This record gives sequence, C-alpha cells and structure tokens, in this order.
Amino acid sequence: MLTIETQQENGNDILILKGEVDASNSVILDEAITKMVTDGSRSILVDGTGLEYISSAGLGVFMSYLEDFQEKDIDLKIYSLSERVYEVFKILGLDQLIRIYPDKKTALLT
Amino acid sequence: MKHQMKISCQTTALSELRVFLKKTLAELRMSDIDQHQITLAVEEVCANLIIHSHKCNALDYIQLKIKQNPGKLIFEITDEGKAFNLLDYEVPDLDKVKGEKRKGGLGIILVRKIMDEIEFESSKGKNTCRLIKWFQS
Repeated sequence: MLTIETQQENGNDILILKGEVDASNSVILDEAITKMVTDGSRSILVDGTGLEYISSAGLGVFMSYLEDFQEKDIDLKIYSLSERVYEVFKILGLDQLIRIYPDKKTALLT
Repeated sequence: MKHQMKISCQTTALSELRVFLKKTLAELRMSDIDQHQITLAVEEVCANLIIHSHKCNALDYIQLKIKQNPGKLIFEITDEGKAFNLLDYEVPDLDKVKGEKRKGGLGIILVRKIMDEIEFESSKGKNTCRLIKWFQS
C-alpha cells in the first residue's frame, strides 16, 4: 500500500511517501513525479519519513529521472529515510547519485 | 525450520510475500536490516518471474520454500515459466542504467549484492533458483 501526498513550500514541491513501493504501485510514484515536472517544478523534495519499503521498481523510477533533471536543472532531494531504507539506496550506490539528507531542515538549507 | 508459500503471478501478491517473509524471518535472530534486505532480494527474484516469465498471469504460480541448514538460509524459488537464469545476466553498470533512463536492472544488482550464493537449474520445464544467505544461528 502506497499513498502519496504533495505539498508546496517556499517554491519547493514536496512529495510525501507513505507505505511501501513495489512493482505493483511504482507507477503511482512515476506519475506523481511526472506531474510535478509537467507543472513546472524546479525543486522536488521527497519526504521518506513514512516510507517503509522500496524495491528496485521504485528506485528505478528515481533513477529514470536523474539525467533529465540534470539537463533541465531540476533539483531532487530525498530526506528522512529510515535506516533500513537508506541502506538499500547505499547498496546500489544511489546515495552517490541522489542527494539524501537526514531531515527536511537540512534538505531545505543545503 | 521449513516454510513454504505459493505465490500467484500478479504484482499485488508481492505484499503478501513480504508479510510471509517477515513472519518467517522473525523466528530467526537476525537484525532488522538483514531481514529487510533478504525480503527485498527474494521479492526482486519473484517480481522478475511474475513480470517477465509469467507476464502477470494470475493463473500461474511460483513456489517459495525456505529452509534452514547449518549456517545457511536457503530460499528456493521454483516455477514453470520461461527460464530466467539470474546468473546469465550481466550486472548492469549504474551509470548505464541512469543514462538509458530505464527502470529495470537494479533488482539484479540488489539480489547479487545481498545474497551470498545464487544457484539456478532448469530441467523438464521446471526452473529452480536458490538464493543462499550465510547465517549465524
């Protein structure tokens, strides 16, 4: 089960993920990010506080945007991941490709 | 310890698989992070079979058996679909995955990094993939 809420804060678009992302629902994450890009977002922040699980299907969604975001100069940051979810990003080396912060405050300031 | 589960070939079955793995792995003295990673690796292999070998046909099934041998946890995944030998797949380079903007390929990297041994055999239309994690019981 995955729910996604969106918020705007000081020009940043925040994507709040709650639950589990797997092959059955990663398309919802993909659509939410696409919508933000289409709506002209320059800065996307992903709140991972409630993200309990993410499989390669969800990680692949983030990966698929990285090159486009570099070209279009769109900022992507992820914050407040639980230790076990953060470990999965690290196994793949995604912590080197995506900017990940311990909390929202640090993500907004950096 | 021996546990098994029959998984219907639809992606919505993956959450049931996680519940089953959580319950089974909770019986072992294992860290939360290890439990989480093993669950992920087993799910990645099952998701691959469900999507690529069985094209999400809910009438097809794959079978998961979990066995504990001294020092080892063995996850045996069997199916009768198109053989998908994980060992034949070249592990994609992360930059390549990024450059090609493709969403696949990451699962195989995860399985290989998380598990200690991977075995695959195919005989008479039946495929068996064994994921082995060394484990101090």
